[in-house]
Amino acid sequence: MRALFIKITFAIQALFLGIGMAQAQDVKTPDGLVKFVVEDVLTVIKNDKAILSGDFRKINALVDEKILPYSDFQKTTRMAMGRNWSKASPAQQAQITQEFKLLLIRIYGGALAQVKDQKVQYKPFRASAEDTDVIVRTAVVGKGEPIQLDYRLEKGANGWKVYDINILGAWLVESYRNQFNDQVSKGGIEGLIKFLQDRNIALSTNK
Amino acid sequence: MDQLVRRISKSVLMLSVLMMTACASIQQTERVAKIDPFERVNRVVFSFNETADQYVIKPIAEGYKFVLPEFVRTGVTNFFGNINDVLIGANNLLQGKPANAASDIGRFFINSTVGVLGLFDVATDMGLDKNREDFGQTLGVWGFSDGPYIVMPFFGASNVRDTVGFVVDVKTDFMINTNKLNSDEKTAINSLRIINRRADLLDAGQLLEDAAFDKYSFLRDGYLQRRRNQIYDGDPPPLKDQE
Repeated sequence: MRALFIKITFAIQALFLGIGMAQAQDVKTPDGLVKFVVEDVLTVIKNDKAILSGDFRKINALVDEKILPYSDFQKTTRMAMGRNWSKASPAQQAQITQEFKLLLIRIYGGALAQVKDQKVQYKPFRASAEDTDVIVRTAVVGKGEPIQLDYRLEKGANGWKVYDINILGAWLVESYRNQFNDQVSKGGIEGLIKFLQDRNIALSTNK
Repeated sequence: MDQLVRRISKSVLMLSVLMMTACASIQQTERVAKIDPFERVNRVVFSFNETADQYVIKPIAEGYKFVLPEFVRTGVTNFFGNINDVLIGANNLLQGKPANAASDIGRFFINSTVGVLGLFDVATDMGLDKNREDFGQTLGVWGFSDGPYIVMPFFGASNVRDTVGFVVDVKTDFMINTNKLNSDEKTAINSLRIINRRADLLDAGQLLEDAAFDKYSFLRDGYLQRRRNQIYDGDPPPLKDQE
């Protein structure tokens, strides 16, 4: 009896360990990681009515839990800021990163809420083993034309992280470079932070 | 008479405000000065387009979308898209992509017949994906660089290369040049085409308003990136890192 119990415990442990390892293997390659995160997020969205109705808090929590661990959003913000990044104090940098993140969730959260029958098509991935900066290409297929959606990842100490996305041919970082720069040249770093905060407040009361 | 004078002085005032905005110094970084040397003029045309859209084109498109069910609008989009597949095929040939050209022409024949004059896009379901080509892209493939960014009246974002491409597209467009239709019919059908196109873009409009800090430069930077992406068929060599 006791031996059986130990055997079962062992089997269950092995099972969990096995699942854990399978996941770890998935996220070790950039294309595996993108696929894992995208499918994970899609499964949650399709089964969550609150998210489908555009509940901001839920979407925010989803992003924090499922997407942020696999992305380097500070790098995204830093690159979009370009030379102005070094003009900001570490506290300001953290503030800008946070506000920019909230803004993007506000903007694209609405798009998440529209996910219904869409499927994601993963394009053949090519990169050599020693690459540390790669692009994973996908297309969102639903009604109408497929939407090009690519991810740019960098390999760091903690594995691969997404730091830029390409929607319909335009990279996020590149698209915001001039937007950030304009605000900084108008009102300095503080002006930019104020602008981001105001925009987030405006968007939260709009919806 | 009094009213007339008042009206005239009002228009003069408005015009001078417009000119002043156009002449107001714009601080440009070196990078922006290179891609958009005509920013002042472009911004004037841009705000003209925005106004025309806000008061005329967008309301019509909204009405159109409200009145017609989705499957009818999809049919309209497919119909014009189908005729355009011939030009897309021609551009693919000019770009040295005969396999894509064959697929475009195959699409045209399948959709014109099985797809009832192009109203249904059955070719996509059969695995012949739609390509997006125009003469501006062909020029890009041939090695012509963008040239300065240009905002065209009514038609919006462009650059020197794509404006030349646009003129060629218009000159070779079936619906504009066919002699099977009289000029009234052409006006009607091309108005439908423009309104339908605008209606397709309605949903993206709000997202753009929310996302852009400055709509003009956001659209410009997005347009230039997207065109580059299209010329390389979705796989452009990465830009130099400018971190």
